[in-house]
Amino acid sequence: MIATRDAYGEVLAELGGENDKIVVLDADLSGSTKTGVFAKKFPNRFFNMGIAEANMVGTAAGLASVGKIPFLSTFAIFAAGRGWEQIRQALAYPKANVKVVATHGGVTVGEDGGSHQSVEDVAIMRAIPNMTVIVPADGEETKGAIRAAAAYKGPVYVRLGRNKVPSVFPAGHKFEIGKGVVVVPGTDLTFITTGLMTAQAVIAAEKLKAEGISARVLHIGTIKPLDKELVEEAARETGAVITAEEHSVIGGLGGAVAEFLGENCPTLMKRVGVYDRFGTSGKSDELLKYFGLNAETLIEEAREIVSRKK
Amino acid sequence: MKEKIADLEEKARRLRVAIVKTLHKSQSGHTGGSLSAIDMVCALYFHKMRHNPQEPAWDGRDRFVLSKGHAAPALYVTLAECGYFPSEDLMMLRRLGSHLQGHPDSKGTPGVDVCTGSLGQGLSMANGMALGLKLDGKDNRVYAVLGDGELQEGQVWEAAMAAAHYKSDNLCALIDSNGLQIDGDVSKVMNVSSISDKFKAFGWNVIEIDGHDMGQIIAALDAAEAHKGAPTAIVAKTVKGKGVHLFENKASYHGVTPNDEELPEALKCLGCFD
Repeated sequence: MIATRDAYGEVLAELGGENDKIVVLDADLSGSTKTGVFAKKFPNRFFNMGIAEANMVGTAAGLASVGKIPFLSTFAIFAAGRGWEQIRQALAYPKANVKVVATHGGVTVGEDGGSHQSVEDVAIMRAIPNMTVIVPADGEETKGAIRAAAAYKGPVYVRLGRNKVPSVFPAGHKFEIGKGVVVVPGTDLTFITTGLMTAQAVIAAEKLKAEGISARVLHIGTIKPLDKELVEEAARETGAVITAEEHSVIGGLGGAVAEFLGENCPTLMKRVGVYDRFGTSGKSDELLKYFGLNAETLIEEAREIVSRKK
Repeated sequence: MKEKIADLEEKARRLRVAIVKTLHKSQSGHTGGSLSAIDMVCALYFHKMRHNPQEPAWDGRDRFVLSKGHAAPALYVTLAECGYFPSEDLMMLRRLGSHLQGHPDSKGTPGVDVCTGSLGQGLSMANGMALGLKLDGKDNRVYAVLGDGELQEGQVWEAAMAAAHYKSDNLCALIDSNGLQIDGDVSKVMNVSSISDKFKAFGWNVIEIDGHDMGQIIAALDAAEAHKGAPTAIVAKTVKGKGVHLFENKASYHGVTPNDEELPEALKCLGCFD
């Protein structure tokens, strides 16, 4: 168990030692986003921009234009929310080599409440041309994703979480941008999941097996570009798909899969996520239960969709 | 020096002619703000900046950011005059498939480093460039041209704060203060005065000039380069539509181009009788 933001801090500091072009910007949250680990090691390559996200994005664009590889971090709501138009204009439009690594995505920010719970950021970032959108499942995948983002030339949005999440992938797991991973094989339905919901899908698949339902778990680490091949294969081979994400059901992974399958391979489908509403204060685990973001919901939805197949 | 100034003034006159002809051809684009900024852009490219039109991505170049991206014609005619691309390209401004987009686009135009046009973002980009160049121990300078109406964007002041905080003395902002924006007088739409006092309060070195006096522009650019420990803002009083009495001081010419009737008169004003 490790928080994806902790993995980010760790790998960012490693990368800093390997590539002196990497610079890091933060907006007064370096303790929370874990960029502080890099700042301590490479103070001259760390820029605290204060509580001014729009300027931070533009500054990163300028740094990229003179050959740097900037990573900028703040909470997802402020990065994708406050910085949307700057990210569109200064980063995505010119294909600037900037990595936006947003932490505290989703409802698991917890007690701070709806104002801080970003359930729209993936949809917002996915709608921008040239933008790559990544939501890792665990710490190990985060490390791979950050390394892949650093090696990739162009704008990338990586969405991380605040809390510790169960491990899905073994140490040394190789992350490839745009490639999904079948975590559990199965034939009756497919859970297409991202972020912390992948671990929940693995638990659900295990329990469903005892009931005689064979559930596949397809983890999508890169929401955009979507691994269409694996999604279509899952739809054709299992005939039923349930997406799950710690995000609005509008425009995120569920939206992306629905758009693709609707046009190319209409399939029985359900979306698990936040249903067009704002977050609310509460403990992270309470909120996951409140929004139905857990293995129990996935099991219920799986039973239901399999019954509809017949 | 006198000769140098006379030479730059003649260059600026020719660039004004090019702006008018280009905008007449495109029948879309921004006349007033292009003509108000052109003297400063001219002084930068033909006097102050290190750059190489034969090698637009030359590492040793100074950087230029046209934050008021709607004045793109001023930049394009200058880049063409420098030789970054053929001047015939200007006739394709804003056309489908042209590399000369309505607002500066770094993907297609040689000599353009960043995408601008959404107001208020350029100074942030310029400061990022300045920080990166300093980090590499380089002495290249960064220049950004902003409009006075543009200063209504809060991000400009975030950038002003950050540039002073990081002592970006390799950064120079030129404020094209023509006093007009789309809806009318800047002072009436949303008063940003005093621009100089605001930049001073944020810790900048401030120089006030007449933005159409070539001697003052050059002196200010030299003084900005000599000033250490803080970025410099050159607050330039300008006239929207400068050089063509038909367009001067008219907010309506913000986004309007010369029509067929106006063209001969406009060119005559600029001493062009072709």
